[in-house]
Amino acid sequence: MSTVALGNYEFAPKDVRQNFPAPLLYIGWEDHLLFCAPVCLPLPGETPFGALTGEVLPGVYGAHPDFARIDWSQVLWFKSGQPWQPDSTKSLQENGIGHKDVIRFRTPGLTGIGGSLS
Amino acid sequence: MDTRVSKKKLGLKDRYTAMTRGLHWDTTYQPMDKVFPYDTYEGIKIHDWDKWEDPFRLTMEAYWKYQGEKEKKLYAVIDAFAQNNGQLGISDARYVNALKLFIQGVTPLEYYAHRGFAHVGRQFTGAGARVAAQMQSVDELRHYQTETHAISHYNKYFNGMHHTSHWFDRVWYLSVPKSFFEDAYSSGPFEFLTAVSFSFEYVLTNLLFVPFMSGAAHNGDMSTVTFGFSAQSDESRHMTLGIECIKFMLEQDPDNLPIIQRWMDKWFWRGYRLLTLVAMMQDYMLPKRVMSWKEAWEMYAEGSGGALFKDLARYGIREPKGWKDACEGKDHISHQAWNTFYNYNAAAPFHTWVPDDEELAWLTEKYPETFDSLYRPRLQYLREQQAIGKRFYNNTLPMLCTTCQIPMCFTEPGDATKIAYRETEHLGDKYHFCSDHCKDIFAHEPEKYVQSWLPVHQIYQGNCFKPGTDPSQAGFDPLAAVMDYYEVKVGEDNFDFEGSQDQKNFNEWRGDDGLGEDE
Repeated sequence: MSTVALGNYEFAPKDVRQNFPAPLLYIGWEDHLLFCAPVCLPLPGETPFGALTGEVLPGVYGAHPDFARIDWSQVLWFKSGQPWQPDSTKSLQENGIGHKDVIRFRTPGLTGIGGSLS
Repeated sequence: MDTRVSKKKLGLKDRYTAMTRGLHWDTTYQPMDKVFPYDTYEGIKIHDWDKWEDPFRLTMEAYWKYQGEKEKKLYAVIDAFAQNNGQLGISDARYVNALKLFIQGVTPLEYYAHRGFAHVGRQFTGAGARVAAQMQSVDELRHYQTETHAISHYNKYFNGMHHTSHWFDRVWYLSVPKSFFEDAYSSGPFEFLTAVSFSFEYVLTNLLFVPFMSGAAHNGDMSTVTFGFSAQSDESRHMTLGIECIKFMLEQDPDNLPIIQRWMDKWFWRGYRLLTLVAMMQDYMLPKRVMSWKEAWEMYAEGSGGALFKDLARYGIREPKGWKDACEGKDHISHQAWNTFYNYNAAAPFHTWVPDDEELAWLTEKYPETFDSLYRPRLQYLREQQAIGKRFYNNTLPMLCTTCQIPMCFTEPGDATKIAYRETEHLGDKYHFCSDHCKDIFAHEPEKYVQSWLPVHQIYQGNCFKPGTDPSQAGFDPLAAVMDYYEVKVGEDNFDFEGSQDQKNFNEWRGDDGLGEDE
């Protein structure tokens, strides 16, 4: 469907890739709702996936007591909600991550503050 | 005997007709369609505008008199409140944060409503509807003014209220009410009435006004209560206009039904999402609680709203699509929203805090199925962290829903431990949503929502820094630069209530050190 209008209704989308210095990536940590929502970060496509887990995420999620306990070899990844296996030696782009993609990770055994999934 | 006998004064009914519908004329130099182009393009078919039942029989003359009386009473109370230092009589300085939310997020909507109704009042060809819309336009402008005047007294004593118009166009969470209204008044006049008069004023307004005004009464804020009373009689007129408008459209042509149903689905959901802010205010921001969001929802939405949709079933209307999900959300959204503002309080010009033990117990009582398992543990953890000097602030910007623009804090229907993610593609770009309903709204008019001014994305595009800011400079602090752009006073308007200037001042004024009786 489309917008009913008196005249021609065409406007440029505000959030296309070229409007940002780097593509946006959305990241969510499952079962840890202390962080109220997934986060949004501009990350260059050439960033190695390993740098995401090793350098970016500690700054984002490090305040949570569960974060230091994460066994990264056990982490389950999802892209657009589907199970997904990233290669940590490859870049975000090589892992198929594009502008405004959403990835999530589950950390089995870690159930948040007092087991509340928070 | 040809002396002219002076005509008898018109009776009330004739006078009313003469001063409303009698003021209308059909154009002759130009075709009506050209003069009133907005009145037909949405696809709503009106065959006979005379069938419009005027929901309130007021002429402008009577209207001015009536409103003038109310105004006198209101300003007498506001003056008395100011002269008696009424701000010292409120329950606690935390209460003022509810007023901040109101003046930041609700009052500007009154102004938008004023503009919207002025537009509608110009565009309909039906005189009855035009007069009703014009009066409502004046009402809304008056509400904007009286709210501003009533709350301006607090602005002299508390932070977070000094720059609200500027914030409305910039600050991240205020894009939620702003985009709601811009969506409404950039639609056609019939959709605008369905959005604002029906979905918002008729179905949801009690959930907005009653909690704020009874919250004010319980917390000793007579100034706001009086404003509420003064607006209340207008609100009931607005509600009447909403229901009359819906019934009129439905009775005029059967082809109108699917259009109206879709608008109801859309605007019920948009209104419901907007009320998340009220839910949080009710459950967390009132030191003296009135009723929980859940109780209010059950009374005003499930009770009155449920009866309304049963009544409209004779026209073929069903309850809005998001109805069941909204009813399920009553157990969760206030807690999810408060956590969001607690997370991002560094960037919000009002204060948040962890409820005290008594307040936690109240929440447990009001939310017996969900609070202790899902929400209490994290609040207690946050309090412990704060006690050891590690007040938690989320330092990364959140992902937002493209439609409602709220951070993606809402959970899956049926599982309150999982954030709900929905996405779609349009012209090669991905778009994300908090719910099926926000996604449906986008899917119906993607051309409209690809224009969403999403605050987080705007910050990353570099559009939320003051001119001359250089983000590539060493040591660039993006949060500080954004606060500078917002013109929020860091350390005064934002951060936790504990340790705030508001808290210190209020305790000093009241001669209370905040430590209780025995020191």
